[in-house]
Amino acid sequence: MSTHLQQPDDQWDLWEVFLQESQNEPHSHAGSIRAADAENALQNARDLFARRGNVKSLWVVRSRDITATTPDDTVPFFEPTPDKVYRHPQFYSYTLPDELWKKP
Amino acid sequence: MSENIAMMEEQFNRRIAEGETIEPNDWMPDKYRSQLKRLISQHAHSEIIGMLPEGNWITRAPSLRRKLALLAKVQDEAGHGHYLYSSAETLGISREEMFGQLHTGKAKYSSIFNYPTLAWADMGMIGWLVDGAAIINQTTMAKCSYGPYSRALLRICKEENFHKKQGMEIIATLIASGEQGKAMVQESFNRFWWPTLMMFGPHDANSPNSPDMMKWKIKLKGNDELRQRFIDMTVEQAQAWGLTVPDPKLRFNEQTRSWETGEIDWNEFNAVISGNGPCNHERLNVRRTAHDQGAWVREAARAYEAKHRRSSETAE
Amino acid sequence: MTPLSEYLLSLADDRLILGHRLSEWCGHAPILEEDIALSNIALDCIGQATFLYEIAAEAEGNVRTPDRMVYFREAIEYRNLLLVEQPNGDFARTIVRQFLYDAFGISLYDRLQTSSYAPLAAVAQKAHKELRYHFRHSSQWMLRLGDGTDESIQRTQHALNELWQYTDEMFIGGFPAEEVIGSGAAIDPRTLRTGWRNSVDTILSRTALTLPEKDIRMQSGGRNGRHTEHLGHLLTEMQSVARSYPEITW
Repeated sequence: MSTHLQQPDDQWDLWEVFLQESQNEPHSHAGSIRAADAENALQNARDLFARRGNVKSLWVVRSRDITATTPDDTVPFFEPTPDKVYRHPQFYSYTLPDELWKKP
Repeated sequence: MSENIAMMEEQFNRRIAEGETIEPNDWMPDKYRSQLKRLISQHAHSEIIGMLPEGNWITRAPSLRRKLALLAKVQDEAGHGHYLYSSAETLGISREEMFGQLHTGKAKYSSIFNYPTLAWADMGMIGWLVDGAAIINQTTMAKCSYGPYSRALLRICKEENFHKKQGMEIIATLIASGEQGKAMVQESFNRFWWPTLMMFGPHDANSPNSPDMMKWKIKLKGNDELRQRFIDMTVEQAQAWGLTVPDPKLRFNEQTRSWETGEIDWNEFNAVISGNGPCNHERLNVRRTAHDQGAWVREAARAYEAKHRRSSETAE
Repeated sequence: MTPLSEYLLSLADDRLILGHRLSEWCGHAPILEEDIALSNIALDCIGQATFLYEIAAEAEGNVRTPDRMVYFREAIEYRNLLLVEQPNGDFARTIVRQFLYDAFGISLYDRLQTSSYAPLAAVAQKAHKELRYHFRHSSQWMLRLGDGTDESIQRTQHALNELWQYTDEMFIGGFPAEEVIGSGAAIDPRTLRTGWRNSVDTILSRTALTLPEKDIRMQSGGRNGRHTEHLGHLLTEMQSVARSYPEITW
C-alpha cells in the first residue's frame, strides 16, 4: 500500500474558475477545480459551481498561467493609488439623479 | 533570525486577535500551517468517506423522490470534499499528497463514517443527527481565522441545512406512517446516538492541541460545549417525535437547564479513531480501489491533452 | 395500459435504468470531479424518468402512481432498451454505453419536442437541453479514451465490441404501435438510425477506435420485456426496501 506515497498520483492540473451570475456583472473568482483539458475544465466547473445557481458564463484558466502579486508587493505596488484622488469616485461631487441609475 | 520570527509571530497573533483573516500568501507560523493542513484535510476526507455510507442506499431508495434527493445529497458531499481539498491546497499540500495520507491510513477522518448503514431509516438519521452535529461544528468553524477555510465552510453550511431538513423529513414521514416505520427509526436512533456524540471529539481536558488552536482561532469552542449544545437541541426533538434516547442515565438538570448524559464509551471511540471501527477497513478499501482503478482513466485524459496541445501548437 | 402509455413507459424506463446504473458510480469514480459529473447526469436521467412516469400514469388514467410503476413491476414488465441495463463494467464501458445512448437520445428528444402529445413535448424540451450536455460529456470522453493511451484505447474498443450488439434495438420497427407513430405522438425509431450513425462515425473518426465486425448478431427484446439477466438483479436491489415494507409511505 505504500506505493501510494512513493508514486505521486496524477490528479490533473489545477484550474481557476470565474463565473458571471447575471448579465452586466463581471466574472468573479468562484474557486478551483482539477481537469485534464480546457473542455473538461469547463464541464467540471459547470458541475461544481453552477449546479444550483443561475450562471450566465464561465471562464477557466490553468492556475499556473496566473501571475499574482506577492504580499511583499503590497506596499509599493498599491500605494500610488490613494494619492491619485481623481481615480476615486469621491473626487467627483456630482451625483446622478436616482432614475438614471436604474437599468433601462 | 529567530528574533525576527518572534516579531512576525507577535504581529500575526495581533492580526488574529483583531479579527483579521489570514490569506494563503500571508506569513504564518509553521505550526498554524501544519495544524490547518491537518484540520482541513481531515474535514475533506470526512466528506469523501462520508459519501460511502449514504451511497450504500442510493440504489435502494424506496421512492423516486427519495432517490433523487439522496443522490443529490451525496453529490453535494463530493462537492464539499472538493471545496475543502482546494482550500487545504492553498496551504501548500497537494491533493495527491492528501489522498496518499488517506489511502495509507495516516490521515484521520470523522469517526462516524466507520459505522455501517443497515436500514433505510439510517438515511434519515444521518441527516438529522450527523449533519445536525456537523452544522454545529461548521457554523462555529466558519468564523475561523483562515480565509479559504472560512469561505469554504460558509458555502458548505448553506447546503448542510438542506441535508438536515431532508433527513428530518425522512424520519418524520417514517414515524407518521405507523408502528413499523417508527420501529425502524428507533432502531436506527439506538445505533447512531452514541457515535454521533463521539463526533465532537474527546473531552476538552483530553484534547491536547486546543490552547494554541484557540489562540489562533482555528478552534473556537470547546468540544464539550458544542456537544452539549447538540444534546440539548436533539433530546427535545427526539421527545417531540416520541423516540427514546438510548441512555438510561439521561436526565434534565434543573439548575443548568440542560440535559446530562451517561459517559461515552471512550474505548470504542479510540478504537474507531485509530482505524479499528466496524467499517474502517471497508471504507479505505473502497476508496483505494476507486483510486487505483481510475488510474488508467486519469492517465488517458492526460495523454490525450498532451497529444492535442502539441498538435495545436504546431498548427499555429 | 394503452399503446401511448406503453410508449411513455418505455421512454421513462430507458431514463430510469440508465440513471440508476450511473448512480452506482457515486463514490467510486476515477476522480472526484467525475463523481460529481456522473451523479449530475444520473440526476438528470432519473429526473426525466420521473416526469415521464407521471405523464405515463396520467395517460393510463391514474390507475397507479409513478412509484408503483417503478417499484412494483417485474423485469418482464419493464420496457427499456437492453443497452441501458448493461452493467457499468469499467469506466470505458460506462462511457461507451452512455455515448451510444446519448447519440440516440439527443435526436430522439430533439424530435419529441414537437410531439403531438403536448405533455410529452413539454418533457422533451427540458430533456433535450440536458441530453445535449450529456452527449457533450460522453463524446468528449470517447475522444479522451479512444485517443489516449494504449490501455484506454484497448479497453474502449473492447467495450464497443461488447455493447455494439445492443445498438440495433434502438432503431427497429414494431414498437411503438403504428397508431402512436401515426398520431404524431411518437417518433418512428427507424428514422433515427442514419443520424445516429453519423454522430457515432464523426466521433469515432477522431479516435483510434474502429466499428466492430459487421456480422455481429444484434440483440433485441427489451421493448417486449425480453431482457438480459442483468435487469432482474438491478430491480431486485432497487425494489428491495419498497417491497419489504409495502405499508410504509416514504
